[in-house]
This record gives sequence, C-alpha cells and structure tokens, in this order.
Amino acid sequence: MLNDFFIRALLAGIGIALITGPIGCFVIWRRLSFFAGTLAHSALLGVTMALVFELNIAFSVFLISAVLAIFLLQLQTKTNLPNDALLGLLAHSSLAIGLVIIGFLTTIRFDVMGLLFGDILAVSQSDLLLIWGGGVFILIILKIIWKPLFASTINYDLAKAEGMNPDRYNAIFTILMAAIIAISIKIVGLLLITGMLIIPAALARNISNNPLQMVILSTIGGLLSILIGLFSSLEFNTASGPSIITAALILFCFSLLKFKKYSELKK
Amino acid sequence: MENKNKVLLKVENAGVSINDKSLVKGVSFEIKQGELVTLIGPNGSGKSTTAKIALGIYKKIDGKVKKYTDKIGYVPQKISIDWTLPIRVLDFMTLTEELTQDQINIALNLTGVEHLKNKSLSNLSGGEFQRVLIARAISKKPELLVLDEPVQGVDFKGEIALYELIKQISEKMKCGILLISHDLHVVMSATDFVLCLNGHVCCSGAPHKVVKDSKYKELFGDRASNILSLYEHKHDHTHSQDGTIDQK
Repeated sequence: MLNDFFIRALLAGIGIALITGPIGCFVIWRRLSFFAGTLAHSALLGVTMALVFELNIAFSVFLISAVLAIFLLQLQTKTNLPNDALLGLLAHSSLAIGLVIIGFLTTIRFDVMGLLFGDILAVSQSDLLLIWGGGVFILIILKIIWKPLFASTINYDLAKAEGMNPDRYNAIFTILMAAIIAISIKIVGLLLITGMLIIPAALARNISNNPLQMVILSTIGGLLSILIGLFSSLEFNTASGPSIITAALILFCFSLLKFKKYSELKK
Repeated sequence: MENKNKVLLKVENAGVSINDKSLVKGVSFEIKQGELVTLIGPNGSGKSTTAKIALGIYKKIDGKVKKYTDKIGYVPQKISIDWTLPIRVLDFMTLTEELTQDQINIALNLTGVEHLKNKSLSNLSGGEFQRVLIARAISKKPELLVLDEPVQGVDFKGEIALYELIKQISEKMKCGILLISHDLHVVMSATDFVLCLNGHVCCSGAPHKVVKDSKYKELFGDRASNILSLYEHKHDHTHSQDGTIDQK
C-alpha cells in the first residue's frame, strides 16, 4: 500500500500537470518561455516577502509576479532594450534581491533547496486544496477566454480589427501565468516550473497538427512526466522535482524519434 | 432599398503618428453598404496605416473614426504563423467566428482552396495562403470587409478571378469594402471611390475624376492615366484613340 504522503504528492502532481498542459501550449505559442522563467525567478522574492510580512506564500508569490509583469511593461516603454535583455535583468535581479533578504532572515529556518527545486513529498492537505481549487479556476478562465486569446496569439491586428480586444486577453493570460507559478512553486520549485510549462508542450508540438490536439497531448505528456518522475523518485530515492523534469525530457526525446511516423499519419 | 445607403464607417480628418513622426494625416472618407472604396498610393504612403486607423487597431489617433457595424472581416497585409503553433486551414477559418462545416466549405470553395481544408497553414504557398485569408474574411458574412493587398502572390488568372469575386461580394452581400491595391488597372474599373494617398490625401473621388487630377499623374506618372482610360473605353464606348483622359 502506498503511503499517504505519496498519494498526496500524486494528486498534487496530477493537478499541476492538468494546468501546465494547456497553459504551457500558450506559453510556447506566444514565445513567453523566458517570461515564464522570469516570473518563476521572482517567486523567490515572493516567498521571502511572505516570510517577512507573514503572508500566505502563494498569495505573496502571485503578487510579486504581477508587480514584475507591470514593471516589465513600464520598462518596455521607457527603453529600447530588447525584451530578452529586460527579462534577464528582471529575472536575476529579483532572484538576487530575494537571496539578499533571506540573508537578513537569520531567525527563520529556511529551506532554499526546497524552494528552488520543490518538495512534492511534503504536500499538505491545504496545498492540495490550493492546487485543485486554483487549478479548476485557472482552467475555467482559460476555457472562457480561449477563442479571443487564441485569435490574439495568431495575429494581434486581426483580433483587434474583428473586435476581440487582444490587450485585455493578453493581460488576463499574464495573470494566469502568475497564478500557476504561485500555486505550483511548492511542488516543482521555481527553477523547474518553467520546465513543466515548456517541455510537455514542446513534445506535444512534435506529434500534433492542430491546436486542440497539442493541448491534449501536452496534458498527457505532463501527466506521464509526473507519474514516471514520482515513482522513480520513490524507487531510486532521487529528488522529486528534478525527477519529474528528467522524465519529461525523456518523453520529449521519444517524441522526436516518433516524429516521422506521426507526421505520416497527419493529412 | 433604403438601407443600401447605410453608412458603415466614417473616418474624419484622421491620422496617426509614432514617435512624433506622422505616418498619415488628414484622412477623411466614408464607406456605405455595397460600396467599394479603394486606397492607392506609393510604398510607405500610409495605405495600410489608414486601414488600421479605420479598424481601430491604433490606441492613439488624431481625428475621429465612427464604426456603425461590428461585423468586420479583415485581410491583413502580412501575417506570419509561427511553426510552434500547429494550425490547419480548418482551425484558422473559425478564428473569430463559429462556423458550420458547410459555411467553411462554401467560403473555401469560393476562393478555390477547398482541397486545402485539412492542410497545415505553414505548408501553404503564398498565393494559397492569401486565398485562405480571403475565404476566412468573407465566411463570417461581414458588413464591412477590409482587404489589404488581398491578391499578393496570387497567380495572374487567380488574381482576376479574386477581384471578380470581391466585386460580386460587394454587390450580392451588400457589404462595404475598403480595398488597398497596387493594381490600378483592375482596381479603378470596379471602384466607387478612390483615395490617393501619400502621407495625406493627395486627391480623392470617383476613379474617372481621380485620374484627371494632376496630383495623381505626379504620383503614378502619365502611363497610369492611360491604362485606365484605355480600360474605360471598353465600357464607355468613347473611342478616342490617343488615350487622353478627357472623355465623356
């Protein structure tokens, strides 16, 4: 019989995979991989803020991510530096500030490794509630805004001309990304959440020929990564977060091998 | 027939500047139902910009734009689909509107690309892609169609057929059309109203008036006037041989 903590870990992981599957597709369609990484890096600052001001961690991470996104928009209008340079600047400076503040928190015991790489085996019941509650909420919002968001992703002008209001949906999507990072930071950690967003979507792209199919395959890929990663971390006593991402990478390699065969199936 | 004259779009003294540099200014025109308005002008004269102003794509513009319809179909000048996004013609057709399979088939059939329905957008040739773009824009039965060089990259035979189709649509579906084109010959013959742009409106009016304008000749050269007058002869049966523009 499996242990309680392991069942909780499985449930948490499945919840995360169900959200990162569809959201991850939009992240790579919209070329936001680096942006997602930046938001994840800023999560460290979010966690330290939570400790300093005794806030809820998920809430604090969400808040810092949102502030960072707004700050990025401001920077874009003030300077002509390319986007990737601005994102790099924000990612590493927010990470650095977070680590500096941790240095001051001598009275609080703090598991930095757990924060960086996640600790899925320490998931509590309230964490589960947050993941599933938040996850259902995120997916419902995504379902509602799917069409205008997708049209805006294809072409801003076209969506705007035909009455879709792309600015609004781009903003909502940024908020969804901040939310998903906030609720999954404890499970996969801030260095690996971007991997969970990107790798399943990337492997799905190799074997799909339409958007819906890619979303479904990305979700399945994420679920398989979670299952394989968790069971192997139990078996080989490896860190759970990195095991999940490694499993995703192996699946990605398989998707490359199968590429030819699948593309023949496509019309 | 009273609603034939319903105004769909009214642009008043509109313009847009980016970083204090004016792209186009002082543009006024209106489009009524069943009317085909054409924008012509050299490269960089603000044709696409004017179309985008009319569509409300810019956040900050000078002047006023009033839209009296929400049913708009747009064929942008340039659209690139990233490889990371797998999308078939079929998925693209329903981008901004829910359509039945029948509606999709009919629209694709009109532009001659029904056989490409299940193909990936990224595998289409330039001309095929334009046909899909036009099919998508007309499939939602818009009241206002904005076509930014819709036949670029389409073969010669297809070009004539597509212009013919555009003309038919404006007549049958009674929708207003804003067309941007380089092809003076074809455009002028079907257009109700022409705006000749070069950063501002150089001249505007019915085609046969515009070609008489000295500013038009300055912009496109005397040959451009001749092309039209020769073409118009076929319809007007005014057989002046020298090809000068003063006829009727």
